Amino acid sequence: MGFTQRHLLGLEGIPAEEITTILDTAGSFKEISERDIKKVPTLRGKTVINLFYESSTRTRTSFEIAAKRLSADTINISASTSSVSKGETLADTARNLEAMRPDAIVVRHPNSGACHLLARHVSCPILNAGDGCHEHPTQALLDLLTIRERHGRIAGLTVAIVGDVLHSRVARSNLHALRTLGATVRLVGPPTLLPRELAALGAELHTNLADGVRDADVVMMLRIQRERQGANFFPTLDEYSHYFCLTEDAVRLAKPHVIILHPGPLNRGLEIASEVADGPYSVIMDQVTNGVAVRMALLYLLVARSKAEEAGAADSLPEPALRRTGGRA
Amino acid sequence: MSRLLLSGGTVVDPLAGRAAAGDVLIDGERIVATGAPGTLAAGDAEVLDARGLLVLPGLVDMHVHLREPGFEYKETIQTGVAAALAGGFTSLACMANTEPVNDSAAVTQYILDRARIAQGARVYAIGALSQGMKGERLAEIGEMRRAGIVAVSDDGRPVMDAALMRRALEYASMFRLPVIVHEEDRHLAEGGAMNEGVTALRLGLGGIPAAAEEVMIARDVALARVTGGRLHVAHVSTRGAVALVRQAKAEGLPVTAEATPHHLFLTEEAVEGYGTNAKMAPPLRTREDVAALRAALADGTIDAIATDHAPHHTDEKDVEFDHAANGVVGLETALPLALRLVAEGVLDLPTLVARLTTGPARILGLPAGTLAPGVAADVTLVDPERRWRVEARAFRSKGRNTPFEGWDMMGRAVAVLVGGRLVHDERPATAPALRSAS
Repeated sequence: MGFTQRHLLGLEGIPAEEITTILDTAGSFKEISERDIKKVPTLRGKTVINLFYESSTRTRTSFEIAAKRLSADTINISASTSSVSKGETLADTARNLEAMRPDAIVVRHPNSGACHLLARHVSCPILNAGDGCHEHPTQALLDLLTIRERHGRIAGLTVAIVGDVLHSRVARSNLHALRTLGATVRLVGPPTLLPRELAALGAELHTNLADGVRDADVVMMLRIQRERQGANFFPTLDEYSHYFCLTEDAVRLAKPHVIILHPGPLNRGLEIASEVADGPYSVIMDQVTNGVAVRMALLYLLVARSKAEEAGAADSLPEPALRRTGGRA
Repeated sequence: MSRLLLSGGTVVDPLAGRAAAGDVLIDGERIVATGAPGTLAAGDAEVLDARGLLVLPGLVDMHVHLREPGFEYKETIQTGVAAALAGGFTSLACMANTEPVNDSAAVTQYILDRARIAQGARVYAIGALSQGMKGERLAEIGEMRRAGIVAVSDDGRPVMDAALMRRALEYASMFRLPVIVHEEDRHLAEGGAMNEGVTALRLGLGGIPAAAEEVMIARDVALARVTGGRLHVAHVSTRGAVALVRQAKAEGLPVTAEATPHHLFLTEEAVEGYGTNAKMAPPLRTREDVAALRAALADGTIDAIATDHAPHHTDEKDVEFDHAANGVVGLETALPLALRLVAEGVLDLPTLVARLTTGPARILGLPAGTLAPGVAADVTLVDPERRWRVEARAFRSKGRNTPFEGWDMMGRAVAVLVGGRLVHDERPATAPALRSAS
């Protein structure tokens, strides 16, 4: 079981065995959330800062729950309450946080590369919770965990990712990780949101929804941002929906055992029909559950394990799922 | 006045396309004779031992941002001039995007006055094309001409109004001033932070397509054809742009072009890791574009190497990539990079020197770029073997924003004369100082 990353800035370039380590670790952490007392002492005495420059309910909550179930102290900083509104630079914010000696910083930021900038200014691990259009690695990892649970594997599957690929950090992270693990990835959307250069990253490109989802094992829908309408990526939301909304008819073109994913929040009736979102093949709620497990796994791997290794105690560290406490909390 | 003999160097004459051992005799501010080693009647002239050195006409950088007035925290004319001399440049033309914008004779005069006080390199001013560089109404080009401008340009802000560009080309032709254009369609480039392509996609950064540059060059070549005005395309960066310039020249249109060292050496891959010193406009492009630029430099499609020296404060670069200021410094790294082009066989030394001297001098009508008897004695002596490593903190420029940090360079200007005066000297202490010939 290998994991060598100091930060989680993205999934591009992370080797298959390390991704598998994360998924395996997440699998073992899942059980903690099913317990009556959902807490282990793994990160007791550690401080995790959630630094969110974009609004987020799902991801921030998921990270916070993950940290708390590992007994870490969590601090939430959001752009509206922080000194961002006073014009402080990201580098200065990073220096100030660093001075308070956190053990990990979870960052969501509207600009691509913001996590890289922070990582240059702090010594603790940075976990990317979504940076601009770049990557959203924990989302892709929870997607992978969900797919692996349902299909038993990743390699050899055909995964269709549908929507605003151009602006989607979810699509990028998934593309990298799915390709690394041996899946076939189809990217589907209008040409305005589907640059041809994506083919160079190993994806098949489709501008026709039916072609894109035909015989797919997995269909992953991307949220369409309403403001794209004004920038001429498509004429109107209505027209977009006509060509790219995942309906039951479209789902029937996929393999019978297809599963449908969506990173949320849903635009019901726009990119995904309610019957599909709530249908038997939808695993959207599994994704949310797995999100907590994946984030617990990453905090464990990046914070607890790295500290233990620094102390030369890696071998003596028990497996996470065995670290039952049940006790104190 | 005192006489000085530059003795025993390799004299490069870009006009004749020759590099040969020779002496250069200077009397006061002017060059009075050049000849084979030991053949000049130097009399009691002081001697500067140039053995092992290249003796070049003082280099000309037709595109720098000296930031004064208004942005003295980035650079002043004084620090910019010091950087120029350290890099071997004796003539500079500075762009108009200061604060206030150089769109009036008063600002032009201020810049030229400051340059006189700074002493050293010759500083020429480029006037704004439009008032406030707003791209709406013509600036007082004639008034600025009387104050001394050598070209007009809204560099940094592409002129989106084609009718304004047409009028500028027409009007500036009355003063024989070239119009220098920063070609980037602002609609196509909107939201872009780097070259459009697979690297931008991977990094999640907005892309600026090559077409943003090319559609504007195509437009302005058409306008040059209509008006007969002189069009100079700044910092050409794409293969398609090169083709458009080449075609315009073949047609006989008065179109010239420059390329920067960074576009001749770096590709979009330099942005990996979100290094903001790889952010500039136009952006770094692809391997194919670099190859096209190099070929165009060799065949004369590109007339000049110009640095687009654009110093910024660290605070303007140590931010999110999207928010980082555009531009890099270039004055202190251009010459060794240019010499590397010779080492790599892209072009020969005299041709390279032409791109750094006669090429830009001719475009701007500057009395610079040759070592012919009678011209001002602006001379750059280069040690082509000097090895050094780029360390931004050692720059004379206030700007530390170089994409070449840590590069191992070979070749450096070790002595620079402007008007016969030794204004920069970093020859080894063991080198013989000026001594009498007799």
